[in-house]
Amino acid sequence: MSNITNQSLSEILKSIKSKKISSLELTQAYIKNIENAKKLNSFVTTTFDQALENAKKFDNKPNNEQLLSGVPLAVKDLFCTENVKTTAGSNILNNFIPSYESTVTKNLWKNGAFLLGKLNCDEFAMGSSNETSFFGNVINPVGDHLVPGGSSGGSSSALAADLTPATIGTDTGGSIRQPASFTGTVGLKPTYGLCSRWGIVAFASSLDQAGPMTKTVNDCSIMLEAMSGFDEKDSTSINKKKETYSKNLKDNIKGLKIGIPKEYRVDNMPKEIDELWEKGKKILKDLGAQLIDISLPHTKYALPTYYIVAPAEASSNLARYDGVRYGYRSQKGKDLIEMYENTRSEGFGDEVKRRILIGTYVLSSGYYDAYYLKAQKVRQLIKKDFDDSFTKVDAILTPSTPSSAFKIGEKTNDPVSMYLNDIFTVPVNLAGLPALSLPAGLDKKGYPLGLQLIGKALDEQKILNIGYAFEKNCGYKNEIKKWWS
Amino acid sequence: MSLDKEKIKHVAKLARISVDEAKVDSLTKDLNSIFKFIEQLNELNTDKVEPLTSILNQSLRSRKDEISDGKIREKILQNSPKKNEEFFVVPKVVE
Repeated sequence: MSNITNQSLSEILKSIKSKKISSLELTQAYIKNIENAKKLNSFVTTTFDQALENAKKFDNKPNNEQLLSGVPLAVKDLFCTENVKTTAGSNILNNFIPSYESTVTKNLWKNGAFLLGKLNCDEFAMGSSNETSFFGNVINPVGDHLVPGGSSGGSSSALAADLTPATIGTDTGGSIRQPASFTGTVGLKPTYGLCSRWGIVAFASSLDQAGPMTKTVNDCSIMLEAMSGFDEKDSTSINKKKETYSKNLKDNIKGLKIGIPKEYRVDNMPKEIDELWEKGKKILKDLGAQLIDISLPHTKYALPTYYIVAPAEASSNLARYDGVRYGYRSQKGKDLIEMYENTRSEGFGDEVKRRILIGTYVLSSGYYDAYYLKAQKVRQLIKKDFDDSFTKVDAILTPSTPSSAFKIGEKTNDPVSMYLNDIFTVPVNLAGLPALSLPAGLDKKGYPLGLQLIGKALDEQKILNIGYAFEKNCGYKNEIKKWWS
Repeated sequence: MSLDKEKIKHVAKLARISVDEAKVDSLTKDLNSIFKFIEQLNELNTDKVEPLTSILNQSLRSRKDEISDGKIREKILQNSPKKNEEFFVVPKVVE
């Protein structure tokens, strides 16, 4: 079983359950891959000893009735893990060891998985290239000069490089779907409220949502099933019956209505993205779906709205980092105020500071109505666009990103050009909807490209089903050469 | 509108972030380009639109006012950069 690690999670689970491989052998295989892939810089922390111990424990007393029996998983370093350092990619949390476990990771462990390590990400999940991390940028396994996307860039890189069988990220404006698209993997941002936010380092609370990143759609349904569910500790958690996404996965999409929004054909979009979109439409049509032209007229205002709402919430959430109760504290400053100012100046990186300043400004006295209130109103219009469309269609098909993975350093000097990367993903967060990014093809350079399926609130099963049918008929094959080992 | 250096220093003060004098120029440039982008919203008339304050079709739940954990002082203090027995320690604030 030398190449167990390039298999999908569901294949690995079969091998574990049929005792073709032990949990210990599996864990050792991933550890070996991780040790050979240091160049990618996808891990901030590894927990190998703990993982090996958990694997042995599983092998001694296997419970094969669980969704994730005996599987080691690495997770984004934004999820608090009990007694394991959790940094959010920031210097300000570089010494933070939570005394509690996030609900989402706890759910994974309850289903039989265990922790393999913590994955690099943009600082406080603010970034689209994983270049804002205090722990250095992450490399995309697709090419040594390429970004893996962001903010869940360590997650996408590790998954595509076979360093974890599946993983989880968080998505505030595209942070799961864009990195998935850049690495040829599957990423799902669930409906707001489906996965608990408790124990996740907060960025923008009305937008943040955790979700799975996997090699296949089936894997995605397994992970979503394991991680989601009502949680009393998150006041915005949706209290509903738990769904069995993997058992209900079906590839029959005959008669489903797929909306094609004309506003997603943006200026200067590479021809390849357009062709990919056409290819996606054809696949779904050939499977019996009906394509319907729709309009989401406020799409172009989604990013400007996002860059008011998200920084405003971030400036409030990040006010807690004051150097008093936990995290980094500056030794400079003659009084308490100077200690705060120096702590935050030394602890936060440039992009985080930029966003805190934007947020502080738009919420400050005299500017609130012009910016924050205005953004909340436009957010209402964006949501209404989707509500109107979903009276006519079952799901919406769009490209995931306006380009394939870009070069390291290419966009770091121009924040707005970096922000434009999330143009197709941000509207979904503002409307609280679920969306799935699927690998759909390669561009001329051989870099992966993704398509996005947007669903109605809590209609994850339907977009997973469409994705499942799409995957079977798309013929996409990720052939990453392991140049790093 | 455009942000000048003084305004940015004021906002930085409000946010309790000290800004390196050498970086104020580039920060001013970046923030102005971001605000120019944001201000596209002014094209839209939103006079009759209700602001969206919650994305969920449910009101926030309230829980019973009961202690559900407690006795975790040690845990709370374990990550503090400076402590003295059961207290967080900060620079002197009262003369």
